[in-house]
Amino acid sequence: MKSARLAAALCPALALVFACAAHADGMAVPAHTPAAYTQECSACHTAYPPGLLPAASWKRIMGSLDKHYGTDASLDDKAVAELSRWLQANAGTYKRAVDTPDARITSAAWFVRKHREVEAHTWKLRSGGGPFNCTACHAGAVRGDFSERNVRIPK
Amino acid sequence: MRKLLSCVTFALCAAGFASATAAAGPADLQAQYAAEAAIQPSATRGETFFTQKHGKEWSCSTCHGAPPVRDGEHVMTRKRIAPLAPAFNPEALNDRARADKWFKRNCGDVLGRACSPAEKADVLAYLTGQRK
Repeated sequence: MKSARLAAALCPALALVFACAAHADGMAVPAHTPAAYTQECSACHTAYPPGLLPAASWKRIMGSLDKHYGTDASLDDKAVAELSRWLQANAGTYKRAVDTPDARITSAAWFVRKHREVEAHTWKLRSGGGPFNCTACHAGAVRGDFSERNVRIPK
Repeated sequence: MRKLLSCVTFALCAAGFASATAAAGPADLQAQYAAEAAIQPSATRGETFFTQKHGKEWSCSTCHGAPPVRDGEHVMTRKRIAPLAPAFNPEALNDRARADKWFKRNCGDVLGRACSPAEKADVLAYLTGQRK
């Protein structure tokens, strides 16, 4: 009981530190992820933890899959409905989940700041493809592991 | 008697279900598209369609390669794409829903419109014609 109260008191304070926020929201991957989410999204890119974007961004993304960042990523209506429900229920609500005009995780100020040391040529490596490909450097991205000590930048 | 009837009904339903959802092989897919288009598929037309651009930036072969008998790479995402020619990839073109999904997406990217059943049948003829 005591420890629970202590944790409750500590969490808001620790939320300022990346680690706690990661477990409360954002980077954390929901316990249940629909198979279709992993299968359909990771056919082309990292299946991003849904907490990385707010509900408004996911709504726009799922409503325009035929014009998906330069490619047509259409899904059938049933899959769109199922994944939209899940994304809305698990969308990010913490400070980093910001709705940028183009609904890109990589457009958020925190993303730019966190990656400012990555050199321009690194983003262009064939093995990486670009900032959208989290797993090129964060091997644990699909599990929500973006910790700095597990970063491996390809050469 | 009733039991026997329900058994027979069940067996018939199961058989019907199995045939409806049986993994359609590449040849079945080609036949389905050809029947919808009422044409004789042509591998030559398919090759031209597959390798040429259609008014937009990419052709099918930009990502799949030509002939698509080796791994391809998506021009934007750099994602590895398994060979499309069924002789080089047993997973390729054996499911109608998956084929329809990717035709819809990729025809949107390459042509800016849906592909016709005739175009799909021709492409299938080109792909199934690739031999080891």
